[in-house]
Amino acid sequence: MANTILRKRRLIPGQTSELVIDAPHVAAKARPGNFVILRVCPTGERIPLTIADADADAGTITLVYLVLGKTTAHLDTLEEGEAILDLCGPLGQPTHIRPHDGLVLCVGGGTGIAAMHHIAKGHHQAGNRVTGIIGARTRGLLLFEAELAAVCDTVLVATDDGSHGRKGLVTHLLEECLGDGSPVAEIVAVGPVPMMAAVSEVAGRFGVPCLVSLNSIMLDGIGMCGACRVSVGGETRFACVDGPEFDGGLVDFKELAQRLTAFRPMEQQSYAEFQQHHVCRCAN
Amino acid sequence: MPEQPPKERVSNFREVALGYAPDMALAEAARCLRCKKPACVAGCPVGIDIPGFIAALADGDPRRAYAVIRQTNSLPAVCGRVCPQETQCEQACVLGKKHEPVAIGRLERYVADAFLADDACEELTGAPACPAGLEDVRVACIGAGPASLTVAGTLAARGIGVDVYEALHEPGGVLVYGIPEFRLPKAVVGREVAAMRGLGVRFFTNWVGGRTVTVPELLAKGYRAVFIGVGAGLPTFLNIPGENLIGVFSANEYLTRVNLGRAYAFPDWDTPVYPGKRVVVFGAGNVALDAARTAARLGAQRVAIVYRRTENEMPARREEIHHAKEEGIELFCLHAPLSFTGDANGRLVSVLLQKMRLGEPDDSGRCRPLACEGEYCELATDMAVVAVGTRANPLLPRTTPGLATNRWGYIGVDEETGETNIPNVFAGGDIVTGAATVISAMGAGRRAAATIAGRLLA
Repeated sequence: MANTILRKRRLIPGQTSELVIDAPHVAAKARPGNFVILRVCPTGERIPLTIADADADAGTITLVYLVLGKTTAHLDTLEEGEAILDLCGPLGQPTHIRPHDGLVLCVGGGTGIAAMHHIAKGHHQAGNRVTGIIGARTRGLLLFEAELAAVCDTVLVATDDGSHGRKGLVTHLLEECLGDGSPVAEIVAVGPVPMMAAVSEVAGRFGVPCLVSLNSIMLDGIGMCGACRVSVGGETRFACVDGPEFDGGLVDFKELAQRLTAFRPMEQQSYAEFQQHHVCRCAN
Repeated sequence: MPEQPPKERVSNFREVALGYAPDMALAEAARCLRCKKPACVAGCPVGIDIPGFIAALADGDPRRAYAVIRQTNSLPAVCGRVCPQETQCEQACVLGKKHEPVAIGRLERYVADAFLADDACEELTGAPACPAGLEDVRVACIGAGPASLTVAGTLAARGIGVDVYEALHEPGGVLVYGIPEFRLPKAVVGREVAAMRGLGVRFFTNWVGGRTVTVPELLAKGYRAVFIGVGAGLPTFLNIPGENLIGVFSANEYLTRVNLGRAYAFPDWDTPVYPGKRVVVFGAGNVALDAARTAARLGAQRVAIVYRRTENEMPARREEIHHAKEEGIELFCLHAPLSFTGDANGRLVSVLLQKMRLGEPDDSGRCRPLACEGEYCELATDMAVVAVGTRANPLLPRTTPGLATNRWGYIGVDEETGETNIPNVFAGGDIVTGAATVISAMGAGRRAAATIAGRLLA
């Protein structure tokens, strides 16, 4: 059956899982940087998730999600052998990957590490030297370190509490990399909005191009509704068809962060009701 | 025609117009003069034999009335509801010169709703039997809106297999994501789709034309023809300061949340919609009215349509303007937006408007709106909906090498055949014409289907 979950791995129990999904027609086209839109039940909402990996031969895509609201909580109730109701993609412009002489620094935070993995892998396969820089609050919340080690020449780790790798933020590690004199061709950052804003600021200071992958609110994801609009260099752009990746130095992160709160009260209401009843009210 | 009373209907999403009872339909049908040279037929974009179907209805033969309509109209229950009859068939009706014209649209709806077909073939064509399906002759449609549904239904009824690839999770296109339930119940679209499935049409939802599958790939898979009916694209915004504040929505987003996402049923359905209390809508077409009337139903205390010309120039259907005013929607004419203002959290609090006046007629024949220098007013608002049109969706042209488009990105076709510059690739609807009507998309679908059938059945 289409969209069946073949493998499920609980990366952080109750919070983050990885799904390997049978979706040959999506896998055949999925490139680093692409995302999908999915729906879990007949009364469900469409949500975007970045493709963390794809295997065209096996016909599978990998998704990693953080349980943040009703739809991801419901998704997390699905087990191996069950199918995702609607899965649409691949969407968005793929990452522009070309051979570089210098290093590519791939920075990831939180669940964004998984999304960044696909991009790091793309650079690795293009023959680029890749340094992964990943961070989390604490060791138990750090994702994909081993997966990244397979596609990065070096992986640097930072945790807020110092329980693993360097104590501090990914931007500290980034500044050290940029300051040590080896030429850096490009920075890619995927993670929470404040992290991407901070990485873009550092990149700007060192004069290195920085690509960020934006997680704005989306509805159709195919260039019809304009919900995902972001200001980039003073112009309105659409993350679903123009992005989701943009020049971090030009993105209005404050506006993005505000726009992400547009439906917060309703999202909290949905999530609270779901946690209380733990059922999908599939009205059909 | 009976309607839900305005006070009642502004708090629900059920259909406003309730349809004729049988005796009313027969009485209305009896008014038709059965003109020898019917002007109404010339006024219909798909040339329905209007006196023919009305006569059949009046003569007590609803099956024949249905068959007559179905000869040229693939979606009569839809068109009977959303066609602008007042500028088409009914405008041409000779009775209209001295009295009310025959209510052709309402009769069309009555015939389509009331007739119970024996099977999918009769449902789609009005004919008792459709030819058996041909082996290995398949056509692909991209998009499942009115243009593609017309191609699919027409070809399936002639024995040609059709696969429809739809990007959203539900077929119907604008009929499902755009036009609200209170004007076009989704069950009406569902009935058409079910009949097409009955004739072997396969619907593949969540397939994005140009992403999941491309036109060259479809041709390589062995489809004998591909029809592109992907509809409208990205919304046009006003391009004024503050447009990305929380609370400013495109009509596409607002309506898609409520219609496709059934946000009116939140939290039973998961998609949320913004709870605007003082709502302004920019634009004056049917989409603007749909958004305004939706906001009223979702509990807005005040809804104003802001338009830079006057009510006379509004492109929306008269009937819908009338309905909107009945529902308490204010028309704030001769004003144009200058800028939005937000609070510290980026939420919309007001819009600054420029007062306008009408000047001389422009190229479109409508009076040109001119700014009254120095005259402004500010409206307090927590939600704004921008309904000033859409642009071409670039996805399909971008991924179809060699496909000819005009400078606005719309696909070029031969007007007679509906064929693009690529052999056996056809296109129709909004991706060819820019934003237009359901019936014009359907007409384009019929032309393309006729060409395709002519080639494949020759």
